[in-house]
Amino acid sequence: MAVKVLLPTALRYLADSQSEVQLPGASVREVLGALVGAYPELRRHLYNGEGELRNFVNVYVNDEDVRYLQEEKTPVESGDILSVVPSIAGGNPVDSETLAAGVELSPEEIKRYSRHIIMPEVGMEGQKKLKAASILLVGTGGLGSPLGLYLAAAGVGRLGLVDFDVVDYSNLQRQIIHSTKDVGRSKLQSAQEKIRALNPYVELDTYETALRAENAMEIIKQYDLVIDGTDNFQTRYLVNDACVLLDKPNVYGSIFRFEGQASVFYARLGPCYRCLYPEPPPPGLVPSCAEGGVLGILPGVIGVIQATEAVKFILGRGRSLIGRLLLYDALEMKFRELKLRKNPACPLCGEKPSIRALIDYDQFCGISPQPTVSPATADPFDITPEQLKARLDRGEELTIVDVREPHEYQINQLPNSILIPLGQVASRLNELNPEEEIVVHCKMGGRGAKAVDLMRKAGFSKVKNLKGGIDLWAQKVDPSMPRY
Amino acid sequence: MSGFGRMTGKTIKLRAQHLDSIAKHGEATYPYECCGILFGRLINGEKVLEELYPVENAKKQVAQQKRFLIRPEQLKEGERNAQEKRLEVLGFYHSHPEAEARPSAFDLEHAWPFYSYIIVSVKGRQAGELTSWRMADDRARFDPEQIISLD
Repeated sequence: MAVKVLLPTALRYLADSQSEVQLPGASVREVLGALVGAYPELRRHLYNGEGELRNFVNVYVNDEDVRYLQEEKTPVESGDILSVVPSIAGGNPVDSETLAAGVELSPEEIKRYSRHIIMPEVGMEGQKKLKAASILLVGTGGLGSPLGLYLAAAGVGRLGLVDFDVVDYSNLQRQIIHSTKDVGRSKLQSAQEKIRALNPYVELDTYETALRAENAMEIIKQYDLVIDGTDNFQTRYLVNDACVLLDKPNVYGSIFRFEGQASVFYARLGPCYRCLYPEPPPPGLVPSCAEGGVLGILPGVIGVIQATEAVKFILGRGRSLIGRLLLYDALEMKFRELKLRKNPACPLCGEKPSIRALIDYDQFCGISPQPTVSPATADPFDITPEQLKARLDRGEELTIVDVREPHEYQINQLPNSILIPLGQVASRLNELNPEEEIVVHCKMGGRGAKAVDLMRKAGFSKVKNLKGGIDLWAQKVDPSMPRY
Repeated sequence: MSGFGRMTGKTIKLRAQHLDSIAKHGEATYPYECCGILFGRLINGEKVLEELYPVENAKKQVAQQKRFLIRPEQLKEGERNAQEKRLEVLGFYHSHPEAEARPSAFDLEHAWPFYSYIIVSVKGRQAGELTSWRMADDRARFDPEQIISLD
């Protein structure tokens, strides 16, 4: 069984001046092994010191990049054509190797990182690379918590943290960088305090702002690598686009309920987020963690995978998630993997890119700024919690319909309310009297408005929506009521 | 193809118009890096440049200032193009905006043997020194390659 191997000009003079050679083997690895066996001078140009293919060596089987097949395990048959194609890179004399060369570790640092340093894959050289590296963490929430703690502990030299939020009681179930005493404090201050306590050698930059098209390029360009720990599509596309434009690797993670995803997007070597998802889903289709819930441990698993990929990338070790989407299902306790391909038609990183600067991400994701409603223009179909309380106190007979889901109803309820989840409202209108005054409510007001609209169209003329839902009721009328 | 085995010369022969085109390309893309492929022939083991094949730098915007990248697909297309003209890929050229015409550690890490690496320094949009380099076979360093003008 023989496979034809095509060599680039650069390698021919080390292979008896041949542009093609016939070699045996059943896989890419075996054929390349036979190649360097026959022409030992080729070995150092194709493989690094660890025996891995150098990252600027590209191997194609019949015009298909083996990175998208089974890499070196890709099977080959007699008559296949295997091509070795260089990618050519170079540039100005500033790079991570040179930077790491100027870095020293103190005896305290050597002791602190000794369990890293004694591994040959890290060693002093690798630990210096970590110290010379800078990583930007977008968000210090569920994913940002394990990311910030582990990356600081691992000795990454400089961490940038971006967040504008304050710690909420409902964050503590998963955002382990924050403590109960931090509720109400700025997340950045809280995170900064924990990281400093863990590793004072880490340099910290904090950005108390939302990442936006106006500031993203300026912030991101100061870092070697970016990790997106946010939970919305605007930021996800913004981070992706800025990273592609600035040639930065972007370590992606996302979480929902019991499932998570992770990958590394790096347009230089593989696909970007837009190759995977060219367009965002319509607003409201994919619920956020605040709406759909999330297992508190899940961001721990996904955040730690992101941190691992970041450290591997800096060390230049192992096989990265570039071109692979890792899927995790906590209920099944299973990991799966999908191959991701670079989309040649990608408007950002494809062959003919049409996006050459950042865009308006709110508009792109179909999100319009929240209109501010003044009392004079308040919706006539709304009733405020205070108005409802006053009417109930006067003993008025009102039917209260709760359009939330049963598991939400278990957390808190308004007195004497009837539970009809939004999805069942249309089919259960016969349970209600169109002549009666009805007040509909949900958690925050959104589902309630949909139910009111539907009922009005069905002839219920005296139906109103509780403004701000049961959540605003709990804040304004009944502080003893649990919120979620 | 017989010239390959005997090739010992560390020279590249070219014309003044080639140097001029590389300088102009570097000035046009300043402050970003330009890059391209060198097509030519091996005559008695000596590299003779015949044609330049400019390539769009696959690195984008700000990053280009520091790095250049010719993707494998771009090189495959370049090689096909060279073959049609019965020429060989002899090497590559790129610019160093606001830096000297010396290869960097990054250049060495990513270099291939045999190929010529022509570097032009561009400062304040003015092309300056132009040098050519070839990596030693043990990957330890770049050796300067003598540029011989045919004009």
